Amino acid sequence: MPLSKTHQEYWNKNLRMTAALLLIWFLATFPVIWFVRDLNTLSFLGFPLGFYMAAQGSLIIYVVVVWFYARYMHKLDKKYGVAEE
Amino acid sequence: MASQKNKHKIFFLSLSRYYGFYTGGFIGFVILLAIAEQMGMPNAWIGYIFMAATFGLYAGIGVMSRTADISEYYVAGRRVPAVFNGMATGADWLSAASFIGMAGTLYLSGYDGLAFIMGWTGGFVLVALFIAPYLRKFGQFTIPDFLGARYGGNVVRTVGVFAAILASFTYVVAQIYGVGLISSRFLAIDFTTGIFVGIAGILVCSMLGGMKAITWTQVAQYVILIIAYLVPVVMLSQRITDVPIPQLMSGQVLQKVTEREKDIFNDPQQLKAREMFRHKADETDARIKGLPGSLTTERHNAERGLAHMKAASAPDASAIRDAEQTLQNLPRNEIEARETWGRETEKLRASAKAPHPHAEPFPGENEKERDTARLNFMALAACLMIGTAALPHILMRYYTTPSVKEARQSVFWSLFFIFLLYFSAPALAILVKFEIYTKLIGSSIADLPAWVAAWGKIGLVKIDDINQDGILQLAELTLNPDVILLATPEIAGLPYVVSGLVAAGGLAAALSTADALLLTIANALSHDVYYKMIDPYASTPRRMIISKILLLLVALIAAYFASLKPDHILSMVAWAFSIAASAFFPALVLGIFWKRANKWGAVAGMAVGLGLCLFYLVSVKFYGMAPWFGIKDIAAGAFGVPAGMLTLVVVSLLTPSPDTAAQNLVEHCRYPHLKADADGRSA
Repeated sequence: MPLSKTHQEYWNKNLRMTAALLLIWFLATFPVIWFVRDLNTLSFLGFPLGFYMAAQGSLIIYVVVVWFYARYMHKLDKKYGVAEE
Repeated sequence: MASQKNKHKIFFLSLSRYYGFYTGGFIGFVILLAIAEQMGMPNAWIGYIFMAATFGLYAGIGVMSRTADISEYYVAGRRVPAVFNGMATGADWLSAASFIGMAGTLYLSGYDGLAFIMGWTGGFVLVALFIAPYLRKFGQFTIPDFLGARYGGNVVRTVGVFAAILASFTYVVAQIYGVGLISSRFLAIDFTTGIFVGIAGILVCSMLGGMKAITWTQVAQYVILIIAYLVPVVMLSQRITDVPIPQLMSGQVLQKVTEREKDIFNDPQQLKAREMFRHKADETDARIKGLPGSLTTERHNAERGLAHMKAASAPDASAIRDAEQTLQNLPRNEIEARETWGRETEKLRASAKAPHPHAEPFPGENEKERDTARLNFMALAACLMIGTAALPHILMRYYTTPSVKEARQSVFWSLFFIFLLYFSAPALAILVKFEIYTKLIGSSIADLPAWVAAWGKIGLVKIDDINQDGILQLAELTLNPDVILLATPEIAGLPYVVSGLVAAGGLAAALSTADALLLTIANALSHDVYYKMIDPYASTPRRMIISKILLLLVALIAAYFASLKPDHILSMVAWAFSIAASAFFPALVLGIFWKRANKWGAVAGMAVGLGLCLFYLVSVKFYGMAPWFGIKDIAAGAFGVPAGMLTLVVVSLLTPSPDTAAQNLVEHCRYPHLKADADGRSA
């Protein structure tokens, strides 16, 4: 199936955004666990920061990442003419 | 096209109106019950009315959504708007374990329990980035469908069906177990009857209308379960901190808990109690070592004591009854003694152990133990996340949205609705801990609040004043994790109607998850095995009948297993995540992102991933194999996923490229709309 250049470009942009968001997901998860003791020396809303991240902070980041991806891809679909309808 | 869009919009608006009325109606119903309670309606009635009303509601939606259309039966006609699919996925996702058990796990393990919170939310990032939009574009019915089409042939499909059933079955048994537990407790019927009442509730819905009925019921169930979870937490927060926002206020409460921990952990009576538990554990250990002789001595002593009492000049009837009971409860033989006494030591050792502060990460005796705990936390979080992005009953939901765009949005809504509960659970654990540490610990045992005795009666709360000072020390209190959430209304001093609400919420959580899991298993058998492999020419009515019969059979088998009350059921649920992650994740993700992945790579990758995961689980759990790097069996996917991924890549590279059809399918999935699709082939 022949794919045009714009199609390739669309897919590459998608891949780049996917990688970037995956990196954010990774940073919000594993370093936050690994360095929890160091983070706990700071405090936020009365919580030790490391505890806060695992209980609420990282969760909020996940929600924002998924929201942002849906929005970004919808715009990308339209721009490259691959949106449905 | 435009009219299509319009139709969706009208459908969305009318749905919003229905569910808006419904939510208002439900709140009104709860308020009416609360008023009735104030006027003197007995508690048992409140329980019955709650159960009857919610079951009636689910059955009603099931009957209204009955269908004979294949696409409606399998994927709800693919017209579930993003927000509603999000709610349905939320109900689908939040199981009995999340609703009832989560707060308790967090209460007992403090920071370390948060691995579940991170894992069960972070996984949706992977669903959004790697799976949902592509699966929606593919647009068939099941997960093995995708694997079968992408890699070709029935081998991959068969491995997929096997893994899907394996991951879903233990999970569904646990849900049905939860249904039995809740309905037996709140309806005062026995456990097995409770299970069959629950099964009836599940079947009425899924058999009549398949995915369509399940979806609309799950939306209703989500509304009930989230109200039921948030109401008691918010009210508890209001009572303790005067601010009804638990998530915001729990930080300050955590500081107070940490302050209080210093006092109660080092209280001399607490230390003494722990010492006494340790001593008692050592005694029991010695008795186990002294088997079989020690059992004979025990029995002999008990008999002699009893004889003494009976021979006394004024026999004490109740003491004699107790002694007879003790004698009767003695293990009958050596094997039984080893088991009962072993369990007893375990419990005693748990009471003797030093408690650790709620906020402290990775507690351990030494640096090595702490490092292992940290590694386990990371491995568990990773397995739960990858497992989330591979569990068939969740992924299946993303086939039901009208478009790829809505599939992406729907992952956001799913995560948002799930987040509402998970982000409240740590707060609830902290608030309850504060209440227990300040109101219970250090109080006189004679005048503990009534809820302690009430839950003690069914064995969820245990108090053992081992040092006999009449005051409750931390070591003397044993809590079953389930009690934390279930008793919250009473701890917060709320009326009984809130307890009924919580029970209805727990039931909604268990039923909705069980619905989806049963349908996943039945579909794997009816669609993937029967229709795709045995009889591809089967007529639609025939497929529907087969599917419904299988649903009934699977439900009955699951109910039978649940009625045996299997011991390991809770750890087996966590296994489902590792199993699904190891079997599906590599084949799904590489199937979309790497065109070169081929059939043999997928077969080998799935087999190796799943095989290694199962081998590790079973060897560590049942055959005492030393864990690798100290990773617990619950995180077996930490080995299965990389092994599966690696095998898939290596074997694919060693064998020929997949054919053009497979490569075209990949292209097809990657673009929400391709002109070539519209002109040429249809998926």
